[in-house]
Amino acid sequence: MMSNILIIAEHNGKELNSSTAKCVTCAKKIHPDSIDVVVLAADSHQIATEAAALEGVSKVIRVDHPVNEYPLAATLAPQIIELANKYTHILGPSTTFGRDLMPRVAALLGVGQLSDIMGVENAYRFKRPIYAGNVIVTVEAPSDRILIATIRSASFAASEQTGNAIIEKYSINVDLPKHTSFLDLRSDSGSSRPDLQTATKVVSGGRALGSKDNFDLIYELADVIGGAVGASRAAVDSGYVGNDLQVGQTGKIIAPDLYIALGISGAIQHLTGMKDSGTIVAINKDEDAPIFEIADFGLVEDLFTAIPDLIAALEK
Amino acid sequence: MKILIPLKRVIDYNVRVRINPDGSGVVRDGVKMSINPFDEIALEEALRIKERGEATEIIVITIGTQENQQQLRTGLAMGADRAILIETSEELEPLTIARALKVLIDREDPQLVIMGKQAIDSDNNQTGQMLAGLWNRPQATFVSELTLSEGTATAVREVDAGLEVIKVKLPAVITSDLRLNEPRYVKLPEIMKAKKKPLDTIPFSELGMTPETQFSIVSIETPPKRPKGIMVENVSELAKALQDRGLI
Ligand SMILES: Cc1cc2nc3c(=O)[nH]c(=O)nc-3n(C[C@H](O)[C@H](O)[C@H](O)COP(=O)(O)OP(=O)(O)OC[C@H]3O[C@@H](n4cnc5c(N)ncnc54)[C@H](O)[C@@H]3O)c2cc1C
Repeated sequence: MMSNILIIAEHNGKELNSSTAKCVTCAKKIHPDSIDVVVLAADSHQIATEAAALEGVSKVIRVDHPVNEYPLAATLAPQIIELANKYTHILGPSTTFGRDLMPRVAALLGVGQLSDIMGVENAYRFKRPIYAGNVIVTVEAPSDRILIATIRSASFAASEQTGNAIIEKYSINVDLPKHTSFLDLRSDSGSSRPDLQTATKVVSGGRALGSKDNFDLIYELADVIGGAVGASRAAVDSGYVGNDLQVGQTGKIIAPDLYIALGISGAIQHLTGMKDSGTIVAINKDEDAPIFEIADFGLVEDLFTAIPDLIAALEK
Repeated sequence: MKILIPLKRVIDYNVRVRINPDGSGVVRDGVKMSINPFDEIALEEALRIKERGEATEIIVITIGTQENQQQLRTGLAMGADRAILIETSEELEPLTIARALKVLIDREDPQLVIMGKQAIDSDNNQTGQMLAGLWNRPQATFVSELTLSEGTATAVREVDAGLEVIKVKLPAVITSDLRLNEPRYVKLPEIMKAKKKPLDTIPFSELGMTPETQFSIVSIETPPKRPKGIMVENVSELAKALQDRGLI
């Protein structure tokens, strides 16, 4: 059976997001006849060049249009529908971008969606987590319909940058809705620290930090080991850090080589976001904290003494 | 202005979900069921909008068996005005749920549908976006702040890069994130009062559509357990362990 896959590129208007390279890896496991990537942007030149370099990509389709300056699902979805009929699968990342967009695409095509693919059995059989990752289901989709799916980034490595795909321009001819407009993006992504979603090391703080000022301890340790900073929902709700740092069922799902959880109890909703990490370290003053059940290294200690001591030990 | 709030009955978020010994599904017997936490937040937002005088009626809807009345009654006790149960014993996929909700939209003509961004059982995160697509109306997903004025809604959305602000024309579908609000607790008198509020049951077959099942579950399993870790005595032991693994 032929399969031809279309991947919706995620980007910030300038650069390709690493989630796209992970979708490509997932797509390769389907052993398709072709993998195309579509970049919908105001000016996609640079992003398309990055996408074309991903190993496994056959063709990059550039859809340049001023309305594509911001990633609004309501305007992107009808453009994707225009391209859809050539494909057996359309994949997007299971990031807030893909989660927002892909179900709208599916509904417009009159088909269902598979969310958060974490493993590929064959072109129509996949594994995905449910119940905050406490249960894994293997799901089969019908092969006589286009399959719309989102890909769990933490489950796939990024495809290498050794490819050389052709790049084509495409102009879309559909009426786009005007009922939705972008106003603002409040982001501190200007920071020089590694990005939480791609970092190999992450230091996360919980409610135990007690204040925004105290949370500086987490940043200090992260800087010493060259890691990104994450947080529990309680830390975000308490205003210690922004929502973009939340790890968990409703935040980011990550799998760094090293995850250090400080003053985090280990609620299942948090664990689902980090339990696939290579090595997990937990420091908590409660020896019964559930986080210790999944930690490779646990230390029962007050974090206000443990973190400064750890920083001192590592700086030696 | 009418607001429609779809509610899903799910296993309570505090329950440790387990798979049946025969692998046929998860254990439900004697397990506490609740309104999906995100849907409760959606309802709370609607109640606040009504309390500000910006809405006139709030309708809670659920699709499922008669047992779902329990969640609808809780919704009424929180302050919804009436409830609709679309009765079916089948497990439905998000696209079918969205299509059923669209039928209700055509009947009720709401200006806003507010729903949870995901259900904590299937974790699909699809229904709101699908409904907005079928309805051909705007969607504002993962919302942590919502302001209405003159036929538009301004929504602050929790996205991976931070907070995105968008403006949509009504009618629209909003999906709630956790930080949108903290739902109220229901008090006993409200539970009593809720018993008198209207709750209509509509058989699914009366919607004039056939449910469609596209995906089939082949198998269900517990994720592999991590190997048991070790407890270290102090910070220097920890630092050494991490250095030995080449992690630092
Ligand atoms: C639908 C839903 C979705 C959710 N999604 C998420 C999510 O995506 N991510 C997430 O994180 N949570 C999520 N939650 C919330 C989750 O259930 C927990 O409430 C949250 O993770 C708790 O955060 P915490 O561990 O920082 O706080 P707590 O549970 O309060 O734990 C604090 C820990 O710090 C320890 N401690 C206190 N003082 C010290 C000290 N001085 N030194 C050392 N240790 C100390 C305590 O022993 C305790 O273990 C969700 C909940 C729901 C209902």
